[in-house]
Amino acid sequence: MADRRYIGVSHKRLEDRALLTGAGRFAADLSAPAQLHMRVVRSPVAFGRLRGIDAAAARRLPGVVVVWAFADVAHIPPIQIRLTKIGGLEPYQQTVLARDYVRYVGDPVAVVFAEDPYVAEDAAELVVPDIEELAPCICATDPPGEFMPATLPGVSTEVAVVRKSYGDLAAAFAAAHRVVELEVAVGRHTGVPLETRGALAEFDPASGVLTMRGAAKVPHYNRGQVARMLDMPDEMVHLIEGHVGGGFGVRGELYPEDVLVCHAALRLKRPVKWVEDRQEHLMATNHSRDQCYRLRAAIDARGFVLGLEAEIFSDQGGYVRTHGVTVPDLAAAMLPGPYVVPAYRANVHVRLTNKTPAGTYRAPGRYESTFARERLLDAIAHALGRDPIEVRRTNLVPRERMPFDRGIDTLGTRVVYDSGDYALLLDKLLAHLDYERLKAALAARRAAGERVGLGLGYFVEKSGLGPADKAVVSIDAAGTVEVVTGAASIGQGIETAMAQICAEVLQVPLERIRVVHGRTDRIDYGMGAFASRVTVMTGCAVQAAAEALREKLRAAPSGTPAAAEGWFRADHMTYPYGIHAAVVRLDPGTCAVHVERFVVAYDIGRAVNPMLVEGQIVGGAVQGIGGALFEELVYDENGQPLATTFADYLMPTLAEVPPIEALVTEDAPATQNPLGVKGAGEAGINGAGAAIAAAVDDALGRPGAVTRLPITPVRLHRLLAAGG
Amino acid sequence: MKPAPFRYDAPATLDETLSLLAEAGEHGKLIAGGQSLVPMMNFRLARPGRLFDLNGVAELDFMRVEGARLRIGALTRHAAFHRPPCEGPTGALLAEVVRHVAHYPIRQRGTFAGSIAHADPASEWCLVAATLDAEIVARSRAGERVIAARDFFVASLATALRPDELVTEVRLPVLGARWRTGFCEFARRAGDFAIAMSAVALRLDAGIVREARVGVGGVEDRPSRQPAAEQALAGRPVSPAALAEAADAAAREVKPMTDLHADAAYRRHLVRTTTRRALERAAA
Ligand SMILES: Cc1cc2nc3c(=O)[nH]c(=O)nc-3n(C[C@H](O)[C@H](O)[C@H](O)COP(=O)(O)OP(=O)(O)OC[C@H]3O[C@@H](n4cnc5c(N)ncnc54)[C@H](O)[C@@H]3O)c2cc1C
Repeated sequence: MADRRYIGVSHKRLEDRALLTGAGRFAADLSAPAQLHMRVVRSPVAFGRLRGIDAAAARRLPGVVVVWAFADVAHIPPIQIRLTKIGGLEPYQQTVLARDYVRYVGDPVAVVFAEDPYVAEDAAELVVPDIEELAPCICATDPPGEFMPATLPGVSTEVAVVRKSYGDLAAAFAAAHRVVELEVAVGRHTGVPLETRGALAEFDPASGVLTMRGAAKVPHYNRGQVARMLDMPDEMVHLIEGHVGGGFGVRGELYPEDVLVCHAALRLKRPVKWVEDRQEHLMATNHSRDQCYRLRAAIDARGFVLGLEAEIFSDQGGYVRTHGVTVPDLAAAMLPGPYVVPAYRANVHVRLTNKTPAGTYRAPGRYESTFARERLLDAIAHALGRDPIEVRRTNLVPRERMPFDRGIDTLGTRVVYDSGDYALLLDKLLAHLDYERLKAALAARRAAGERVGLGLGYFVEKSGLGPADKAVVSIDAAGTVEVVTGAASIGQGIETAMAQICAEVLQVPLERIRVVHGRTDRIDYGMGAFASRVTVMTGCAVQAAAEALREKLRAAPSGTPAAAEGWFRADHMTYPYGIHAAVVRLDPGTCAVHVERFVVAYDIGRAVNPMLVEGQIVGGAVQGIGGALFEELVYDENGQPLATTFADYLMPTLAEVPPIEALVTEDAPATQNPLGVKGAGEAGINGAGAAIAAAVDDALGRPGAVTRLPITPVRLHRLLAAGG
Repeated sequence: MKPAPFRYDAPATLDETLSLLAEAGEHGKLIAGGQSLVPMMNFRLARPGRLFDLNGVAELDFMRVEGARLRIGALTRHAAFHRPPCEGPTGALLAEVVRHVAHYPIRQRGTFAGSIAHADPASEWCLVAATLDAEIVARSRAGERVIAARDFFVASLATALRPDELVTEVRLPVLGARWRTGFCEFARRAGDFAIAMSAVALRLDAGIVREARVGVGGVEDRPSRQPAAEQALAGRPVSPAALAEAADAAAREVKPMTDLHADAAYRRHLVRTTTRRALERAAA
């Protein structure tokens, strides 16, 4: 009998029954008897010397158990960098409560524990920080200043310059037919999961175990950090994930609040609950993007880029958080994208400002660098009077050159595009769009007075970051299979995908498989969920474990319980790629941009569950459109954040986005893993800013008009007013 | 995002409510739909010491036409306008405008009178009230007074109401068949507060504008009639040129505010667009 196929089938999500019937349990749903509620007191000013905290009135409020300031937690070390640990960043790490300085509006300065959440908030209002205000820096292209002038004299707010280069740039510019330059910027955005951060920590004196529920993204790593910071053995600390209402890079990193909740549960010997409110989320959870690119390209007469020079400014906000210089590193490594670019040099100035600290957000460093690179390709096409698509074809890495070694590293791995047929995907997209007809139709509409346009953004993604993942697959006497992973679920459907991979090997129905994730008490090793890595890394570990189990079962009588372990290791990432295409209509009367059509073409290598891939693409595209047109974390000149509610941080709704068309291909399976899979998480968002900017240019009839995202009505009004 | 402590009462009658208001003075606040007040309390931008819930006061739950007036009782929800509440241009305008007031769930709770009392500069109902010269009926233990819309809106979130007064109803004229109405709004997203909007009513006689009402909201600290735009239309045929001139006049005369979503120049540009489009819809 032929094996039944599970991989490649759009199975309904196993996780949805609980979620759709209201049985989901998110952080705020958790409670424990006699729990205390934590409320953080945050700095109201962007930059200043913290001279003291007056908590006397708060302490007197009935129901308040304790109020802590830095002195009470001085023994807890600052939060370490998780990724891209380059040297020299240590002084910039954030302590769990501010010590001598506050560095952004929202910086935790004290923390209140009370019997109920209302009293906690009442008390937090009564805590008065004494802050000597200093002039804030809110722009990363301004000259760097001092991080904490009085206590760390001479420590600059330029924390690092990330440099990447290859090839002979001088020769490229010497041979250039022309040099094309531009400066573009992407505003500050953030991932906005519907579920804000939250946690419930409990200490069990009988076993000595500290448990924090409400974990997400990287529970194993965070367990190790909490244990180290609170001076406990790893195995006495457990982090457990419940349902998670979205992550997008920001949720689940280790933040001051996580450590404070755990520390309080230990010290106060009572369960401690904390739920972030939306206003806190928008000023305390990581921000992202906020980069400025100055690009110079040496081109030949056909528009082939001989050399590219990039000066990039990355605004990291108040401190260096867990992501270190991940975003700048990825920006510099991925800027050349799908193009050959024989010579390249990028310097990324990683600078601190007095804004919320920044980290990764879905397609970190790529949403931005794709925008900049594709603006550049459009500028080159315009400079030479060539069709933007032809200029891209001239520059695409040809299939024959795969695997393509970029000649630089990122996240500690060599950038080697493992497989891809970039020209083929472009052909498929153009066929899907019926490109010539579409162009003609848009031209006709423009001739009739409409402001419509089409734009494209080509990108290479990266996925499946190593080094390793582990899975344990077991079967009991009743034939129920359990897959235990160290992955995390941020809503992306990993239970379903892992079950499909396991089912394919063991040939058991999906309903018989239970997938465990996000629990440090069930498996000793886990890398969690980030960087579009789970299907590749955890998926291959699940496959290996299932295969090992199948071998064990071959010899055993049926009904024998058994378990097997599997590992997957990878030194290199795998590189999917895609193209976004947008058709927009401008309303000159209101200066609004209406997205009429949005297409994402994406080569996934191999899709475990096409429906889940499409879901990732659609959700990502909506966020990408948000970043292109609506979302921006604006600050005033005093460093006050102006978008701290959903009335001001505008995420697109159904009314603002068209149906997203996903054109998923499987032409270039990954060569680095046995499943041939590449990641899907960031496909939908990567090129959205680039495509929409190009479409707006086209609609305006002014190549290069858009230099900044988001393209808000005010900005479009200025463009229209300037150019008629 | 939890409100500061407050005391809550749920009176059953208007008299009881007025007594509570009188007794509480500055500390008391009415709650109707709660769709503006509760967010402000949660952000602790509003911290009333006492809250009086209007929702149990059945006598305020009415809407009816009497003579040439539409009487909208204090407990009438936005959703009541999903279908025209009366015949003719007034009903049509209200049913058109309501689609721009917040989102469906909010419209099930929020009240017309609550919007008027709250006086958000970008409130659609406040603009309609200003454009159609609504009468606002205010009651306190001292008695009742009728306030004209032009005297009622004082500034952003500020009205002529005294702390002990309650809006029992809002009265709108039921415009006759010769009237044409139009509305146009621009907001960043569906359901957001307007960045600019215009409401217009034209009384036509054989294609000539006999009377024009042009109102603009979301632009200044309160909704306003635009006399220059109205004059540009009066006595003229509804031609594209007349409509454009009126729109230009409105754009010229407004003193736009600046906020995160719009600077003054852009708002002025929007006023021209929304006024022009509202007039075109009325004239169509
Ligand atoms: C997400 C969101 C979007 C929104 N978008 C819009 C929009 O686009 N346009 C718009 O106009 N509104 C919008 N609103 C506000 C909504 O329409 C409110 O319902 C309305 O502004 C107030 O009506 P309410 O009955 O909810 O009043 P409440 O919130 O209960 O009260 C508001 C204020 O009015 C006072 N008040 C209420 N009733 C009376 C009365 N009878 N006499 C005296 N004082 C009274 C209260 O004391 C309080 O000060 C939005 C709200 C939300 C949450």
